[in-house]
Amino acid sequence: MREKILNYIQKNSRIDISELAVILGEDEAGVMNALEEMEQEHIICGYHTLIDWEKAGIEKVLAMIEVRVTPQRGMGFDKVASHIYNYPEVESVYLISGGFDLMVTIEGKSLREVSGFVTDKLSTMDSVLSTKTNFILKKYKEHGSIMAEKSKDERMKVSL
Amino acid sequence: MRDPLSKVIKTIEPSGIRKFFDIVSEMEDAISLGVGEPDFDTPWRIRDEAIYSLEQGRTFYTSNAGLRELKEEIAKYLYRRFDLSYDPAGEMMLTVGGSEGIDIALRAMLDPGDEVLIPQPSYVSYYPCTILANGTPVVIPLQEKNEFRLTKEELLSYITDKTKILILPFPNNPTGAIMEKKDLEEIAEVIIDKDIFVLTDEIYSELTYDKEHVSIASLPGMKERTIYINGFSKAYAMTGWRLGYVCAPEVILKQMLKIHQFAIMCAPTTSQYAAVEAVRSCDDEVADMREQYNERRRYLMHRFEEMGLKCFEPFGAFYVFPSIAEFGLTSDEFATKLLSSKKVAVVPGTAFGDSGEGFLRISYAYSLDNLRIALDRIEEFIKELKG
Repeated sequence: MREKILNYIQKNSRIDISELAVILGEDEAGVMNALEEMEQEHIICGYHTLIDWEKAGIEKVLAMIEVRVTPQRGMGFDKVASHIYNYPEVESVYLISGGFDLMVTIEGKSLREVSGFVTDKLSTMDSVLSTKTNFILKKYKEHGSIMAEKSKDERMKVSL
Repeated sequence: MRDPLSKVIKTIEPSGIRKFFDIVSEMEDAISLGVGEPDFDTPWRIRDEAIYSLEQGRTFYTSNAGLRELKEEIAKYLYRRFDLSYDPAGEMMLTVGGSEGIDIALRAMLDPGDEVLIPQPSYVSYYPCTILANGTPVVIPLQEKNEFRLTKEELLSYITDKTKILILPFPNNPTGAIMEKKDLEEIAEVIIDKDIFVLTDEIYSELTYDKEHVSIASLPGMKERTIYINGFSKAYAMTGWRLGYVCAPEVILKQMLKIHQFAIMCAPTTSQYAAVEAVRSCDDEVADMREQYNERRRYLMHRFEEMGLKCFEPFGAFYVFPSIAEFGLTSDEFATKLLSSKKVAVVPGTAFGDSGEGFLRISYAYSLDNLRIALDRIEEFIKELKG
């Protein structure tokens, strides 16, 4: 049941619990318990909203920063990662295989704010070897959802 | 001027939803639950294959029976999914939707006077196609108490010495009924005993819920007397691509191929290339759509129960077929009133045969958000009727 619930709420976490139980063919109390358990176990780590800020007319600057670091003895990359992700302007941090080590996404109000964070905070950390900042120009798809407006139902309204 | 029309064509009634269609199309804010096709877009990988085939300039006819590569993939798919073994070289052809398959099978098999048994409620093409093929349609009215399955007794009571073909439309549009293995075994026994053929329309075979689909062609002794119709429209959300297929004994298929060759030439080439990708690698996409239909099906059944609308549990297709007999209105009156007062369009059961009287076809090929609004309105309507 856990997997069924997770698969569903990954796409739509706003659904009413009793309705979720109905469409999954489970009983309501069971679904409620499973959700609570998964929240406590930190399997469900949060419920967020996907927002098209541009459409809302609110200025946001997003950057994906490729970071090369020196892993630390006994801690691997975890310590430097936590050093980075504790900054509130950091949206996400991933450990990456390939040409660099950490992929850090930053959200700021302006170009200056983001570049300020990179030059003042990120690149000055002892274990950070280099950074490469990529500003995001346009979001097409995020979290499995396409940002463009939904297309209209173009089917004939009644058909047999 | 002399009458330009044939006597036969004038006996055929136009489809029963014209009136509805006209009203709904005019109404700006109407919500329709009247659609008989998936709401999903064709999976992107299939569309991408079609685009690629066009880029490659594959814009010619294919052979009459269809692309060999596609037929081979379909043969593998039918074996993998439904335990059916067909020879792609002699027992299979691609058609313009499942509809063409139905038409040409009847034309290849019927002589004047031959009777075709048509269980109803069912899809609207069997009856006129039988007439156009010089056959005599004989309707078997199915019953709600049997969950609209065809029973052995019903079948036996309509068989005469002129009966040649039984049409088996399951999973069923409009009722959502299915036939399970035990049901089919009883039918197969009669079919073999009475020396009849079966035209099984399994276009909804990928859409069964909580139960496995079984094809009558997979039962012992049935393959040689079954014309198996399937296609891409429902399983892969490819209605507009117009691509179906028929599997049948070579002796029948050969004759069907003649009609197809002269009347159609070949199924659309772009669709055939795209379909290779569909049968080869879209089992996951199909399962995902099936799961979403199932969620909606459960939601509808739950809402009906809550509002006190009687409905047997359907396990197939994407329709539910609730009974409205208790309200003292005909299906047509109910649907017309629902549309004018609450702006929700559903199809009266009678559009699929007289035995659909007292029922409505409600399609769940809609998003849950859409269904929620429509069901709220239906609930209000029922409350008002119950006064």
